[in-house]
Amino acid sequence: MPTEVQRRTSRVSGTRIARGVVVMAVAVVAALIPQMTQNQYYLGVAFQAEMLMCLALGLNIVVGYAGMLDLGFAAFFAIGAYTTAILSTKEHWSIIASIIPGVAVAVACALIIGFPTLRLRSDYLAVVTLGFGEIIQTIAINLNQTGGPTGIYAIPALTIGSVVVASNTGYYYVFLVLVIAFALFSTRLRHSRLGRAWLCIREDEDAAKAMGINTNHYKLYAYVFGAVVGSITGSVYAPALTAISPASFGFSESLLIVMAVAIGGLGSIWGVMFGAAVVEIFPEVFRQFAQARLLVFGVLLVILMVVRPRGLFPERAFQGVGARLRLRLLRDDAAEVPVVETMTARTADER
Amino acid sequence: MSLFLNEIGNGIFLGAFFGLVALGYSMVYGILRLINFAHGDFYMVAAFVSYTILGAVVVANSHQQWWTVAWVGLVVMIITGGLAMFANQLIYRPMRRAAILSLMIAAIGLSQVLENGVLVTPQWGATYLVYPVTTPPSGFNLGSNHYTWGQLIIVLISGLLALGVYLLVGRTLLGKAMRAVSEDRIAAVLMGINVDLVIAIVFFIGGALAGAAAVMTGVYYGQINYLMGFTVGLEAFTAAVLGGIGNIGGAVLGGLILGVVQSIGTGIFGAEWAIVVAFGALVLMLWFRPTGLLGERVARRM
Amino acid sequence: MSAVLETERLSLQFGGVNALSDLSVRIEEGALHAIIGPNGAGKTSFFNCLTGYYRPTSGVVRFQGDEITGLNAAKVAAHGIRRTFQNIRVFPKMSVLENVLAGGHLRANANLIAITFAGPGFRRTERKLRDEAMASLEFVGLADQANHLAGDLPYGMRKRMELARVLIAEPVVVLLDEPAAGVSSVERLELSNVIRRVNERGTCVVMIEHDVDLVMEIASQVTVLDNGRVIASGLPQDVRTNPDVVRAYMGRQRQ
Repeated sequence: MPTEVQRRTSRVSGTRIARGVVVMAVAVVAALIPQMTQNQYYLGVAFQAEMLMCLALGLNIVVGYAGMLDLGFAAFFAIGAYTTAILSTKEHWSIIASIIPGVAVAVACALIIGFPTLRLRSDYLAVVTLGFGEIIQTIAINLNQTGGPTGIYAIPALTIGSVVVASNTGYYYVFLVLVIAFALFSTRLRHSRLGRAWLCIREDEDAAKAMGINTNHYKLYAYVFGAVVGSITGSVYAPALTAISPASFGFSESLLIVMAVAIGGLGSIWGVMFGAAVVEIFPEVFRQFAQARLLVFGVLLVILMVVRPRGLFPERAFQGVGARLRLRLLRDDAAEVPVVETMTARTADER
Repeated sequence: MSLFLNEIGNGIFLGAFFGLVALGYSMVYGILRLINFAHGDFYMVAAFVSYTILGAVVVANSHQQWWTVAWVGLVVMIITGGLAMFANQLIYRPMRRAAILSLMIAAIGLSQVLENGVLVTPQWGATYLVYPVTTPPSGFNLGSNHYTWGQLIIVLISGLLALGVYLLVGRTLLGKAMRAVSEDRIAAVLMGINVDLVIAIVFFIGGALAGAAAVMTGVYYGQINYLMGFTVGLEAFTAAVLGGIGNIGGAVLGGLILGVVQSIGTGIFGAEWAIVVAFGALVLMLWFRPTGLLGERVARRM
Repeated sequence: MSAVLETERLSLQFGGVNALSDLSVRIEEGALHAIIGPNGAGKTSFFNCLTGYYRPTSGVVRFQGDEITGLNAAKVAAHGIRRTFQNIRVFPKMSVLENVLAGGHLRANANLIAITFAGPGFRRTERKLRDEAMASLEFVGLADQANHLAGDLPYGMRKRMELARVLIAEPVVVLLDEPAAGVSSVERLELSNVIRRVNERGTCVVMIEHDVDLVMEIASQVTVLDNGRVIASGLPQDVRTNPDVVRAYMGRQRQ
């Protein structure tokens, strides 16, 4: 194998190590936050932000990677939350055990809704997902089993082995683990043929087919993965709040999650986490302005879309910078080979 | 049986509203391939604006009320059309090269701005506001069902407006330009069509239709609320898709069908399931005939 | 020699327009087969029928003896038939390297467990694919652009990238839609070398081209389309002097 290619591959692992260090550093800081403050309000906001990050990471697979606008993501969140709430209060299942049926229902719904609509244009999908979200919320409000408009209360705490998680600090750590898990999972997906296929679908669906990608299947996968993440998050959210009501699972919630992804940057894991933090914390910071803050938020969102349609930190916003820096730093390695020579000189046989 | 016919009658009436709003949706989609999520909120804003204007000018005398409503309605149509055009100029036009995803998010943002804007405006706010003018209950009987003159007039006006749009798109030069832009924007530019102007006009018409629907809603149902645009928007979009999106006749037909289906559905299941019925119909249609009832399967050139 | 790709009485209608009528074409194994003809002759439509983007109204498409008529585009690609597009379709917000990796989609590891836990087997296949992608890029002279966004590349480089993306799939048949369009004379020389080299490796190349000189230089077989029909087929030098072909390009001679 030519040394040029070898050299290039080893350059890449250098940046990978650097990236790993940054991730570790952030994780450590995040783990230390509860030690820095005992304020329950802050901790509550913090774990809500983490929860939103989880949801944003899930939606990121659907919207950020595969490019499908899902306006009803809160439905999967609701399915997980309600399944856990019902099973733990009525049938005395443990929280952890109830995650599985929640995921099963969410996946089933994703397949039922997804199958007829994913093969259609993304605009139709947007409205169908919106409708699906409304349907789930309507069901939650109107069925007795789901507790009607008041919802379900007295949800038992999450127990992991012998540890009972019953405080804001506890749930902060639980959600932190989830965020890290989902972020890692998303990264793994992204750097595999799944992630690449989704990006292709997002960029140019017809050309994606020419790569041999079965676009209908892959869109369904993205939607299902999103459903799984949403559902698991919901299952953990129910015990965290000890009581859930349909009001938390409507279009407004779906919208918040979409905004987190759109603001943070399509496809970028750090970006959507940042976006989720912004979406969660911004209204809290400006709480005194009540309704006006939502108005301002809307205005800012519109301005952002006009000026930066892909969000603040879309994938590759910094990649290009990194690549150019690398080339500049290692210019002596990258030989300036005239174009003519390259095309005619090197072929697979001549290696 | 008479109950069934009653529901059909109600359905047709409901369909008039859906149809008008659906027309606006369909036209914008036809020309831009964009689902303007804020469209329902143009309708909502129109309702509030007309509420304020009518509150200021309405006289107690019931005869004069009709004329007042008529000219206020016209004014509101123009204002709403202008609002829609303005939104296009400010938001959609600068974004015309952005991914459709970003456009839809921007539309959602606009929708939030309009809804919360109305919410924070002191004269308006979150409560259900009582509309200054309502239709009197006097009417006529068809079989054993009672219909009011108000209902009839509303259906007639909707029909006339829809017919007007149909003639505009089908018979005028402007309409031809619209169809050209809708089919192939670049070719339209090359033919010398001022595409930006055509798009602006389409937004204006869509907005105006929503404005008309809003005034009629206020007059008929008697109350308005800042969230009314959200539900109607969804239902109107469903109607547009049912009939075949991008298609004028389709929007009207879809509106009628959705109105009837919803009327029957809520009759059977209860009013709170209205949205479920609407979306059930949508999903079924998308499953079996994604182009809608009157939509055509257009072969895509690659 | 057997036909690797052939059509039998292929027809395609759009509304009232006959884009293709009764097209029977044989592409021999290992050939460098050019499809030429005036604009609107149906050449790209022909490609689209072959690759599953259009469903022909009637007729049969066969690949290595098996019928593939009406299969969707992804399935056709999976069979080993890859194509480039007339208006160059890259994935703009993906890097050049990832574009080429996308071409190797079917060769990458699809096992979810392997992906999630990034075991050594998965890492091995990914690395191998990456190396092949870089090799493909080296072959077309774009190795130093690997980390740039495909959307940022100039026209000529995008064309080359599309080619690299096709090659990594190790296709049996490569369909090139106007590879020399908009290309400078220097690039055209390299291009012809690259295409010839690809063909020499055993890959069958079918190309739509307007550049008659290029066709005459490297093609082993030429088929001429006009108005959706085959009007001539055979060796380049025979086809060029065929009176029907001349008439199709030049129009009728005035008396």
